[in-house]
Amino acid sequence: MSAIVDTPPQTQNYLRHWPLVAVLLAAFIGVPAFAPVYVLEAILLPFLALALAGVGLNLLTGYGGQVSLGSAAFMAVGAFAAYNIQLRLALALPVTILLSALTAATVGLIFGLPSLRLRGFYLAVSTLAAQFFVQWALTKFGWFSNYSPSGVISAPGLTLFGYSLDSTTSRYLLALTLVTLITLGVWAFTNGPLGNDLIAIRDNETAAQIIGVPVLKTKLVAFAVSSAIIGVAGFLWAFTYLRTVEPAGFDLDRSFDILFIIIIGGLATLRGAFLGAGLIVVFPLLLSRLSALAFGGMIDSGVLELVQRIILGSLIIAFLIVEPNGLAAILDRVKRGFARTF
Amino acid sequence: MMDWFGFLFLIEVTIGGLLSGVMYALVAIGFVLIYKTSGVLNFAQGAMVLFAALTFVSLVEAGVPFVFALIISAAIMVALGFAIERTVLRPLANRSPMTLFMATLGLSYIIEGAAQIIWGTEVHRLDLGISNAPFQVAGVFISTFDLVAAAIAGVLVASLTAFFRWTRTGLAFRAVADDQFAALAVGLRLDRTWATVWAAAGIVALVAGLLWGARLGVQFSLSLIVLKALPVLVLGGFDSVLGAIVAGLAIGATEKLAEVYLGPFVGGGIEGWFAYVVALLVLLIRPSGLFGQKLVERF
Repeated sequence: MSAIVDTPPQTQNYLRHWPLVAVLLAAFIGVPAFAPVYVLEAILLPFLALALAGVGLNLLTGYGGQVSLGSAAFMAVGAFAAYNIQLRLALALPVTILLSALTAATVGLIFGLPSLRLRGFYLAVSTLAAQFFVQWALTKFGWFSNYSPSGVISAPGLTLFGYSLDSTTSRYLLALTLVTLITLGVWAFTNGPLGNDLIAIRDNETAAQIIGVPVLKTKLVAFAVSSAIIGVAGFLWAFTYLRTVEPAGFDLDRSFDILFIIIIGGLATLRGAFLGAGLIVVFPLLLSRLSALAFGGMIDSGVLELVQRIILGSLIIAFLIVEPNGLAAILDRVKRGFARTF
Repeated sequence: MMDWFGFLFLIEVTIGGLLSGVMYALVAIGFVLIYKTSGVLNFAQGAMVLFAALTFVSLVEAGVPFVFALIISAAIMVALGFAIERTVLRPLANRSPMTLFMATLGLSYIIEGAAQIIWGTEVHRLDLGISNAPFQVAGVFISTFDLVAAAIAGVLVASLTAFFRWTRTGLAFRAVADDQFAALAVGLRLDRTWATVWAAAGIVALVAGLLWGARLGVQFSLSLIVLKALPVLVLGGFDSVLGAIVAGLAIGATEKLAEVYLGPFVGGGIEGWFAYVVALLVLLIRPSGLFGQKLVERF
């Protein structure tokens, strides 16, 4: 029933996964052992959170074809839900994360309702409603931030089965575990029947409906799952990276960042979200280092930020023109090139 | 029961809302122009408004007379329109509308960054010589500035309509908007039409930038008025100038009314999202907006 997508039968050759295994081994064992704290705090933690958000948005936009401009809102929902659940219910960490993902899914479902009647730009614009409404609600109603006068809350410590997870390494491992598990789940989802339905709807909604794909259900599931994942990404962003929870960090620019991640990385690929997130996180750091080297701090940070905006914008356009399939496609080409050479 | 003063106040709020709706419509028209002829939702329209206003105000501050500053800024906006067509749109011809939309997202980053690097980030005051004093009609206060702005918007719409209806270029615009393939087949230069339409949108951005700039001061937040125009577009339909105006008025009025009569109950500050909710509710009933073409489209 969902055979509209032509997936070639894959030989069950588990050896072809060796690069993934190598990356995972390095990430779980090598990095905690050798990476300096700076790399963990300034690069890997934000990278993991944004990559996960990219994975979530990719599910909706890359596989589902529904452009959302409100991702940061769902990150905010995830972060604030986790904060309030921990504060008011004091549940175990896995339950907290699960519940905040469910909260984000519920909010995503509500804001996904217009997708049943709207398509294309109309839908993209209507997702902005989520962005502005959530940010407004979180700032306006003190209850969400436990009446903190500044609206900025430092995230409470993380504990798992009595062990504190506050050290940099353990926060990193927590984030890495979550990201790995969820990404595997998304991989299974996109290769499963629901994923095929989703791709069918993206490619031709009318045709999908005719061959019996439950369009409404699939769209809503995509919105819910995507929002749940982005909600967990928000939890990671607030609790493992920044360790503060505040609505201002989840503004429209963050939503655009996540959209840029999947454009630059490559739509409808899981690798793409990671490659794109890597670029978005490393690029500003690299740029400020470079300018410090080249101009010795003569360029002030305001101008640097503007230059960064210009380069980012140009990158987006360049990718759309030259390599619409993003970094993932470039990586594939490089790999094929290597395979030919050796 | 509402007393007389309450009623006057209601009228006043409504008129104020309608007039600020005109300002929204002014920005939205720039979008409609480009969407009609090339199917691109130009997110960079807000950045163009910022760029135009910053250029103008910096020229005036540098001592250039008002009229010359206006001409030079208009020329720069036209040049910008042509440059965008050449560097962004032409390489992306025949790509999906969503791709083009994302390209304009990138474009808005570039224009915003460039505008502020070239002209600086501080807030500029912009005085167009229009009085800001409100005047009174039958007990209702109306802002002179808003009224003049509405008149300027009216002139703009009238001249755009005349242009579309009675000039050869306008005819070409309509042909391209109607059917790109047919337009190409009869020998219309698509690239030239697009360049012209982006230039025209640049001029609209300049007008909107001057009026909004005089109201809010010329600064970065000017580019955020794109977010005010989007619900107007969704409501009015992306491809209808008339829709943009009617929706602008409707959203301006409901937003102001909600802010005054509903805002106090929820703690205020609802203008950021209220317009979106109104647009969404209407769309749930009429998916193609008030005046949009009834096309079921996919990307």
